[in-house]
Amino acid sequence: MSAIGWAICFWGILVREVLRFVHQRERFFAALVRPLVWLLVFAAGFRAALGIAIMPPYQTYITYEVYIVPGLLGMIQLFNGMQSSLSMVYDREMGSMKILLMTPLPRWYLLAAKLAAGTVVSLLQVYAFLAVAWAFDIRFPLVGYLSIVPALVLTGLMLGAVGLLLSSTIRQLENFAGVMNFVIFPMFFLSSALYPLWKLEEASTILPRIATLNPFTHAVELIRFALYGELNAPALAVTSVALAAFLALSLVGYSPARGLMHRRAAGGGDAG
Amino acid sequence: MGAHPPASTPPALSLEALSFSYGDRFALDGVCLDIEAGVFTALLGPNGAGKTTLFSLIARLFRPSAGRIRVGGHDLGSQPNRALARLGIVFQQPTLDLDLTVGQNLRYAARLHGIAGGRARARIAALLDRLELGERQRDKVRELSGGLRRRVELARALLHEPPVLLLDEATVGLDVPSRTRIVDDVHALAARGVAVLWATHLVDEVRAGDRVVVMHRGAIRADAECGALMRQLNAPSLTEAFAALIGAAPPAAARAAAGVGP
Repeated sequence: MSAIGWAICFWGILVREVLRFVHQRERFFAALVRPLVWLLVFAAGFRAALGIAIMPPYQTYITYEVYIVPGLLGMIQLFNGMQSSLSMVYDREMGSMKILLMTPLPRWYLLAAKLAAGTVVSLLQVYAFLAVAWAFDIRFPLVGYLSIVPALVLTGLMLGAVGLLLSSTIRQLENFAGVMNFVIFPMFFLSSALYPLWKLEEASTILPRIATLNPFTHAVELIRFALYGELNAPALAVTSVALAAFLALSLVGYSPARGLMHRRAAGGGDAG
Repeated sequence: MGAHPPASTPPALSLEALSFSYGDRFALDGVCLDIEAGVFTALLGPNGAGKTTLFSLIARLFRPSAGRIRVGGHDLGSQPNRALARLGIVFQQPTLDLDLTVGQNLRYAARLHGIAGGRARARIAALLDRLELGERQRDKVRELSGGLRRRVELARALLHEPPVLLLDEATVGLDVPSRTRIVDDVHALAARGVAVLWATHLVDEVRAGDRVVVMHRGAIRADAECGALMRQLNAPSLTEAFAALIGAAPPAAARAAAGVGP
């Protein structure tokens, strides 16, 4: 297939991903309402209890609402990555995954295209959330709304790759809720999304170490700095390495030699 | 049946000593088969014969434990993209996105093969017209009957004009008119030069002149033109020949020798 053919294939995967998102209105509302509840209820309740000291990238004291926005952007992308993963498990159960995997292009490209398409969908959700936050007077420097794009692309890909890896290991849709609980909640709470790591150090010596190893922490910090037009190089490095690792493991999971269809058939799916 | 290609042309699909197992359980054991252009080849086998496993290997969803698959001379292992580009498959399990329309499903599949814009529109329109689905283009797949969904899957498999068409139990769950319609459509495609491999356990889908390959317990038990196969086994019908080959009933000749009526 020509280079244009590769681009057309990506376009096809992207259009399908967006169409599926548009058709699932509940998914859009859930994606928007979930972080808004954290922002407008949780953060409002905790703003008095949690004082945020001046720390990079902030030049002055900030409200708790401002602090948790990058974490909530990461949360949107984390849930979107899990949703994409769920949709891949669903596609596998419904059979439509076969059509994607039979496309005459390298499998790494197809999976990367699927990841990129999911990331675009997450960007739509992130900007819808930022627009609502703006309406509630939670605002950032204008340049931040542009400079977060590359950071969000990278974090979206990385969190999507986590979902992709999960989808290659989950056999049945029914098992998905349990796995999500074991992934989403630890990733979210053991990070700097809701509280700075130094705050966590006041409570425990182990928890901040775990949080430092959590790639979601670095994704949030990358977004946090990018919102102020700054680059957090260590966060960029860790997020990039995590993306490469999760993607490589996903490719192994989706290879024909070790693919999920194999296990499915072995489980009795083969009728003929 | 269409004209056979010159002898120098590689087979449209070639399976060389193909084996596969699910753990300890052998599903395919040294399957050798060449499928030629313009021929409707019926792969006849009871449930569990290994037909779906064979299709999954050809679709590159599994990797064979031994053997080789070539599509138009291209090795599926070393040149997967060239080989896959020559294949159109209708799987036993429905694979359409139920929440998208017929047109959206077909445009998605066309784009996966690098076909877009006017070229995709023209091809989709021609196929929908040929399969009498033109008026259903804007309908969600969820709203279609089983027979119509199967025809949409057939249209999708043909979008990139593949020289090899594989159909795995494509008429499962359909009523008689819908089955007949799809069998007719696929025979017409073979007559136009497409190499067809039609997996089924229903002998009434095989027509006079079709090539019949009987598969049982992961191995090929017979491979001949339909009439020739019946003559070889001295069976009055393909049903009897098939039953004899899979050990479900003795052939007519054996029954006659044993003094058992038909």
